[in-house]
Amino acid sequence: MAQADLSFNSPVAPHGHPDKWKWYHYFTFNVDHKVIGIQYLVTSFLFYLVGGFMAVMLRTELATPDSDFLSPELYNAFLTNHGTIMIFLWIVPAAIGGFGNYLIPLMIGARDMAFPKLNAIAFWLNPPAGALLLGSFYFGGAQAGWTSYPPLSEITANAAQTLWILAIVLVGTSSILGSVNFLVTIWKMRVPSMKWDQIPLFCWAMVATSILALFSTPVLAAGLILLLFDINFGTSFFKPDAGGNVVVYQHLFWFYSHPAVYLMILPIFGIMSEVIPVHARKPIFGYKAIAYSSLTICLVGLFVWVHHMFTSGTPPWMRIFFTISTLIVAVPTGIKIFSWVATLWGGKIRYTTAMLFAVGLLSMFVFGGLSGVTLGTAPFDIHVHDTYYVVGHFHYVLFGGSVFGIYSAVYHWFPKITGRMLNEPLGKIHFVLTFIGTILTFTPMHALGMQGMPRRVAMYDAQFTDLNQLVTVGAYILAVSVIPFYINVLWSWSKGQKAGDNPWNALTLEWTTASPPIIENWDVLPVVTHGPYEYGHEPEEELETVS
Amino acid sequence: MQQIPAPLWTLVIGIVVTLISLWYGQNNNLLPVQASEQAPLVDDFFNVMVTIGTALFIVVQGTIIYSLIRFRRRKGDDTDGLPIEGNLPLEAFWTAIPAIIVVGLGLYSVVVFQDMGGFAPGGHHHGGMMMAQAPQHEMVDVGSPMLAQAGEGGSRQVYGFGASPMVEGNRPDLTVNVTGMQYAWIFRYPDTAIVDGELHVPVGQDVQLLIEAQDVIHSFWVPQFRLKQDALPGQPAELRFVATKEGTYPVVCAELCGAYHGGMRTQVIVHSLEDYAAWEASRVAELPGAAETVAVNPATMTDAEYLTQIAQDIPIEATQIAQLARLSNP
Ligand SMILES: [Cu+2]
Ligand SMILES: [Cu+2]
Repeated sequence: MAQADLSFNSPVAPHGHPDKWKWYHYFTFNVDHKVIGIQYLVTSFLFYLVGGFMAVMLRTELATPDSDFLSPELYNAFLTNHGTIMIFLWIVPAAIGGFGNYLIPLMIGARDMAFPKLNAIAFWLNPPAGALLLGSFYFGGAQAGWTSYPPLSEITANAAQTLWILAIVLVGTSSILGSVNFLVTIWKMRVPSMKWDQIPLFCWAMVATSILALFSTPVLAAGLILLLFDINFGTSFFKPDAGGNVVVYQHLFWFYSHPAVYLMILPIFGIMSEVIPVHARKPIFGYKAIAYSSLTICLVGLFVWVHHMFTSGTPPWMRIFFTISTLIVAVPTGIKIFSWVATLWGGKIRYTTAMLFAVGLLSMFVFGGLSGVTLGTAPFDIHVHDTYYVVGHFHYVLFGGSVFGIYSAVYHWFPKITGRMLNEPLGKIHFVLTFIGTILTFTPMHALGMQGMPRRVAMYDAQFTDLNQLVTVGAYILAVSVIPFYINVLWSWSKGQKAGDNPWNALTLEWTTASPPIIENWDVLPVVTHGPYEYGHEPEEELETVS
Repeated sequence: MQQIPAPLWTLVIGIVVTLISLWYGQNNNLLPVQASEQAPLVDDFFNVMVTIGTALFIVVQGTIIYSLIRFRRRKGDDTDGLPIEGNLPLEAFWTAIPAIIVVGLGLYSVVVFQDMGGFAPGGHHHGGMMMAQAPQHEMVDVGSPMLAQAGEGGSRQVYGFGASPMVEGNRPDLTVNVTGMQYAWIFRYPDTAIVDGELHVPVGQDVQLLIEAQDVIHSFWVPQFRLKQDALPGQPAELRFVATKEGTYPVVCAELCGAYHGGMRTQVIVHSLEDYAAWEASRVAELPGAAETVAVNPATMTDAEYLTQIAQDIPIEATQIAQLARLSNP
């Protein structure tokens, strides 16, 4: 890659920073991609607790059919902000902002991202967004769901809804800035010896993620700004009694928010392709198929959004067109699942916690993917749309998928980030509780939806009590499951066993530097002599790459 | 993939998985009672998906579990696994199989969708169809200028499900205007001027619901009919069905419509023909005189006042009226 522009190679001024960051540097406008990655990760793990607290409140309310624990207004505020926080301040910043920023330069042999200052700006848009959401509770909290469909969103808790819109516009801007940075970095800043087919699959996944975010986020921003004008400045884009159209908002919203599902899962697919080969001690099965399937999902994913609107103001041809396009997504997704399973086959599987979460994800995703296919077909979706079946499905994909993936990534890269290992017995307790809790919480939801329970309700028909109580028990187990995890992280960060440079004997470039890496990643940039997943070829080979 | 199990084993596993999947596809009992002509169409389609899904689920999960046991690292073994980087025929196979399944399901869903009447909402009855109502009813008909417009113009898009191919071109046996409002459904029978908070329909008859919303988006759902359609302010929608089983089924609002969204429930009563006629006659006999109705101008009233006004006709719970009053006068 001769044209890998040398002028990009040292964006961080070689002077002007200490040898090692002090703790307080992590609270400043720091341009080091690793500091920014850690800032994203720590912030998102804090918001995970906030969103989780709201989920526990919701499930406690739903332990009984009547609305008797929270006021229904507060219930709706919690359900709106649970969804918003888990998407925009937990999964997206943890997977994309956190691991994307921390790992991409290290994986491609770069000293930093292409635009370090832009990167820091992108991060610092997130804390104010979180503050706006929390502050909105002073005004009652936004209560119209994370989808915020007008007219409801225009007549309910106007001040809180306005703050909610501003928060989403901030994180959306952050996402656009981050995406540009990832694309330019992967395109231009690879170490010259790295060929296209030696780029780690996590980076390919981030290319697909970034393209998707660039295309779709501006559309969401447009929709939300029109909503903001309707609420605060007397326009009537979405006011039916003044000539507005409520369905137009839904198109603008879902044009972004279906791809948002892929923003939350494509980086996780990338993580899977990194973790599984290392702990199965086998090359990834079908490198090219996995890389291309990410790009296919990205492309097809831009043309499926109306499957969220099958019961809305949607003409027949549109219902059919989007049924077909949605079903097509199953093909590239299936390729990935089969490729990971084939990677396990014939390996020497290590039962590390990172691997347990990766395999757990695989197992959950099979179920979530299959229920997703049923939801993609208009005739069946008409029955289960806006019911607990949908809630069960997307939690299988986003919790059983994305959150399992983030956990797996933490157990896998924590030694690199901190220089210390996480405690494995605590990790296994964490995994078992999470696995059981997930199945118990999200499986009965499918039955509830099919039997007739709609979603987003603070009160429900008494015939659904038993299954709801089972779900609530599962949710409490999930709440407890995070305790060993947070203890493990806090304890291991200072007292864990020393990790060394490459505790897993992995072959990607981030493992060729110190743990934690030095400020500009390497003294001498590494030279790529083999692919990222060439396990089982020559057992001693990995030692040669350390420069 | 050198380690493909012996053909005999593959055959046995294949047969067992097929049998389990076929059995579970027919016996999952996941869906409620079927009470409309559309319900068995949807359920057969769902059961086919369950059959295919069960087979895929067992095969993939089985392979994962088998791999975890068979290919676990043994104590003291620090070597790597086999350096297999891919297998083109195998990859082509697992691309082709889902592609074929997906094309099949896509075609099947078009057929089901058509049989359900999905291609004909608002079709073939333009002009007059949308507002097939008795003249004296115009006064009572609050908040549905939209449907009237749709009827007059005849060109507005109507969403939802219309006549199934069997009855295409026929007039429905019964038309009911359905209005969703926070947090109640109002059912108006234009032919008789009956207004009710519950939906009463005769079994075996071709029923057309013209659905709209007065304030925010609601969604009209009868799980036992497998039919759902958003009630949209400003845009007309239709659901057309034949109820096939007498009984009482829930009518549920499925779209978040405010704090008491979960309480926005009522029921549909599917009567035998005689019972329906009796119900209709008794309700017509109770109807207030037209003059009384004209005296009220609902346009100037809040929802709460309007609901209180008609509460004696409609079984809306007093608590809901109280909630409404609180919400509209904070
Ligand atoms: Cu979607
Ligand atoms: Cu409603």
